[in-house]
Amino acid sequence: MGQIMSKLSKTDVWRWIIISFVGAYLLIPIFAMLEFSTRGAPGERSAEAWVAIPTFPKLLSSIFSSLQLAVVVIFAVVFILVPTMIWIHLRLPHLRRIMELICLLPLTIPAIVIVVGIAPTYRAIYQIFGSSPLTLSFVYFILVLPYSYRSISASLFSIDTHTLSEASRSLGASTIRMISGIIVPNIKVGIMSGAVISIALVLGEFTISNLLNFETMQVVINLLGKRDAATSVAVSLAALVFAFILLAILPTSNRSRSSKLKSNKKTEVMYK
Amino acid sequence: MQTLQNKSKVISLKKFETNNLFKKIFPYLGVVPFALLAIIFLIWPTLVVVYGSFQNLEGGYGFGSLIEVATNEKYLNGFKVSIQLASYSAIAGSILGGLFSWAIARGNREGYFRRLVLAASGVFAQFGGVMLTFAFLATFGFNGMLTILANSFFGENILTDASWLYSLLGLVVVYTFFQIPLMLIVFLPAIENLKPEWREASESLGGSNINYWFRIGAPILAPSFIGALLLLFANAFSAYATAAALISQGAPIVPLQISFAISGEVSRTNPGISKALAVGMILIIVLVMFGYFKLQSKVSKWVKS
Amino acid sequence: MKLKKSLFVLVTASALVLSACSSSSDSGSAEPASGEVDAKTATSAADFGGLEGLEEACKAEGKLNVIALPPDWANYGKIIDGFVAKYGIAIDSQIPDGSSQDEIDAANNTKGTDRAPDVFDLGQAVAMKNTAMFAPYKVATWDGIDPAFKDANGLWTMDYGGYMSIGYDANKVPAITSLADLLKADYKGKVALNGDPTAAAAGMNGVLMASIVNGGSVDDVSKGIDYFKSLKDAGSFIPVDPTPATIESGQTPVVFDWDYLHAGQVAGLKDKGIDWKIFIPEGVALGGYYFQAINVDAPNPACARLWQEYLYSPEGSNEWLRGGARPVLADLMVKDGTIDKAAFDSLPPVSGTPVVASVAQTEAANKVLVERWAAEVGAIE
Repeated sequence: MGQIMSKLSKTDVWRWIIISFVGAYLLIPIFAMLEFSTRGAPGERSAEAWVAIPTFPKLLSSIFSSLQLAVVVIFAVVFILVPTMIWIHLRLPHLRRIMELICLLPLTIPAIVIVVGIAPTYRAIYQIFGSSPLTLSFVYFILVLPYSYRSISASLFSIDTHTLSEASRSLGASTIRMISGIIVPNIKVGIMSGAVISIALVLGEFTISNLLNFETMQVVINLLGKRDAATSVAVSLAALVFAFILLAILPTSNRSRSSKLKSNKKTEVMYK
Repeated sequence: MQTLQNKSKVISLKKFETNNLFKKIFPYLGVVPFALLAIIFLIWPTLVVVYGSFQNLEGGYGFGSLIEVATNEKYLNGFKVSIQLASYSAIAGSILGGLFSWAIARGNREGYFRRLVLAASGVFAQFGGVMLTFAFLATFGFNGMLTILANSFFGENILTDASWLYSLLGLVVVYTFFQIPLMLIVFLPAIENLKPEWREASESLGGSNINYWFRIGAPILAPSFIGALLLLFANAFSAYATAAALISQGAPIVPLQISFAISGEVSRTNPGISKALAVGMILIIVLVMFGYFKLQSKVSKWVKS
Repeated sequence: MKLKKSLFVLVTASALVLSACSSSSDSGSAEPASGEVDAKTATSAADFGGLEGLEEACKAEGKLNVIALPPDWANYGKIIDGFVAKYGIAIDSQIPDGSSQDEIDAANNTKGTDRAPDVFDLGQAVAMKNTAMFAPYKVATWDGIDPAFKDANGLWTMDYGGYMSIGYDANKVPAITSLADLLKADYKGKVALNGDPTAAAAGMNGVLMASIVNGGSVDDVSKGIDYFKSLKDAGSFIPVDPTPATIESGQTPVVFDWDYLHAGQVAGLKDKGIDWKIFIPEGVALGGYYFQAINVDAPNPACARLWQEYLYSPEGSNEWLRGGARPVLADLMVKDGTIDKAAFDSLPPVSGTPVVASVAQTEAANKVLVERWAAEVGAIE
């Protein structure tokens, strides 16, 4: 017992040393942002930079655009990607490898490369759809594919879709009913996780919107940074915290996975 | 009578064929929306880039741009620095992130702490770029928090000169900031897949902690770790936003060179340069990702078992 | 197999259709605002029936897109406000800290959309290379402008100018007495150039000034590149675009820039506790003018022309003067008595014979810079 106790504290110490070091690396710059954006007269704190946020008209409209973009992309993920994945899983399994390849392609063909080849496409897009930044949702959908695909397919693989579809079919459900009523609820966690990562990606995206001259939130923050450093730092911090809160409260894959591992709690003591 | 019967037979046969054809096509219709998006916004731009890389100085076609990119010292240096930056930050990120994953994996799987850490990682991994640059300037810049703190404690010191941020070292430090969370996201599942039974088995056979890690843990984790390392490399190599926000002049790395080459100045004289640079990037990343996929398939074998 | 083939055909067909769509460019351009006058091709106010007609045409359009006009650059902030107040037209001021090249790039990227910039304010090198993008227009005060400062056809007109200088925060660095000072340790990590010299006139002229001081000339920019390389090696030079924000935050306490830009910031920076001083090397008066032009694809052509009229009127030009810049109409306004005497007299003095790089010289310098700058000064070792 004494041996296990000393083992516990030794690895525990290392554990907390690592967490502290990495935590410091990640959190000090964030804290510095807070400190920088609240500087007033020497020696004082002031909320001036924060209060000034609504006074920059382009800032508010760009935040709104980016939020709208996030919503549209989530829609696309839920109503195009998910059905396509389920459809391929059930009816066209021989296409699965191709789909996987396509969905992981954006990791190999990064945004900076896509934007070089996509300028003529977006001139055509302007003719058809107008000049709203929402037209970015098409290419953003592509950018989120690797992350959404991974989380949704993890869920899809973990449930037995074939049995479920056979069962629901034999009970008389139509295909649509089966997809929406049976399969989707079971992979809800994967969809959620994919949707939530999409939000983070859309809000953080800068490359394509900047090089295509759209004014999304990150582009405007960057422009603002050249005029008023404190306010742009304040807005960046606010966006960061907002995205963090979203990711923290929305249910993601953590829950279902961890409930399956409840039985391992006992063995964790041995683990240490 | 005979002909009528024959006719109806032929008609019903034809109907059967068209029905059959329709049934065969129908499933594929389901993937059309996705396929359209993928083709228009992913495949087509890539083809444009590859095709355009054969555009030349005089507006003609040839290998001119590709040769220029592969031989001009300016671009070669850009590739060199990009590879260095990606490698160093990937190594730093994978080691620190790997250790961090281990530390998090030990904790309560349902606890709030882990949930918050994963949420923060998700955000930090995506939020590079502009915000990250501001954060580091606010910390280490001339008027940065740490600089001022250091000054008040130590007087003049190495931190007062903020020019290091714009050097390779500075870029690596900043890039590692988003590499660590990405490593956590990618590697944590691998660590969590280490079944406790293996640990128990090792201990019951008399193996110590070190033995376990050396003989069991490391070999199992190796493919995932190296795969994650490669992913981190590709991530840093293709990153544009962070460097663009930090270095507003000059173009020391390939993504910045591409954005400069897209600008009218260069693209007016030689439109192929930006695309040739992009092709260079793709080639390097494809190599890296190929290794990543090979390792991933190895790992998935373990996971399934 | 057959299905896969037909799918492939369908896919390539749609791809071809889409590329055909992108090559046809007409739809999306605005109709001429007023019935008789096509604002896009008007070459003077007379085409509108006088300034009042022009005003009305602009009011019908209701909007003006300007680009790369920082509010504290030659007092553009006041000029924009003045225009908005006088005519009630909304102005969209895009990428205020953009370079001349950024202006052209934006115009190309947003061509045919309603976001395209209507007017340009460009450095010499970029302006000369892109005259195909300009629409000819002669302002009402055309005859009062010296022929050396305008294009005979009205494609472009110079607007204001000043001399290259170094601004510095006297609280953060010791007083500068020569360019060689900047190599000292006191200036480590503190020196910035306003703009990439291959894209911005201020940047290029900063390098030219360094060249003149170091034994080169307006014809030979190489000594300037050598100087900046040594600045980089000494650790003094940082690859950051200086803006009032970076000066305020202490990121760029030493800046190579036009004298009027420094002059325009002194008052504002004083409020923030920054003592901003200007240094011009003895005997070096490297001047430079900027160029006004109208975008031939301007989405608001009448307002673009009205903006030019406003700038080249005493009202607009005096604002430039108050921003510390020398408007090209200065001589005419002195003669007419419409000039702001106080502002004119308080322009900073220069020693030495003023030198302005000609078109040929800036082109030559640009060539050398494109070849050497990125590799020697822009690169990371």
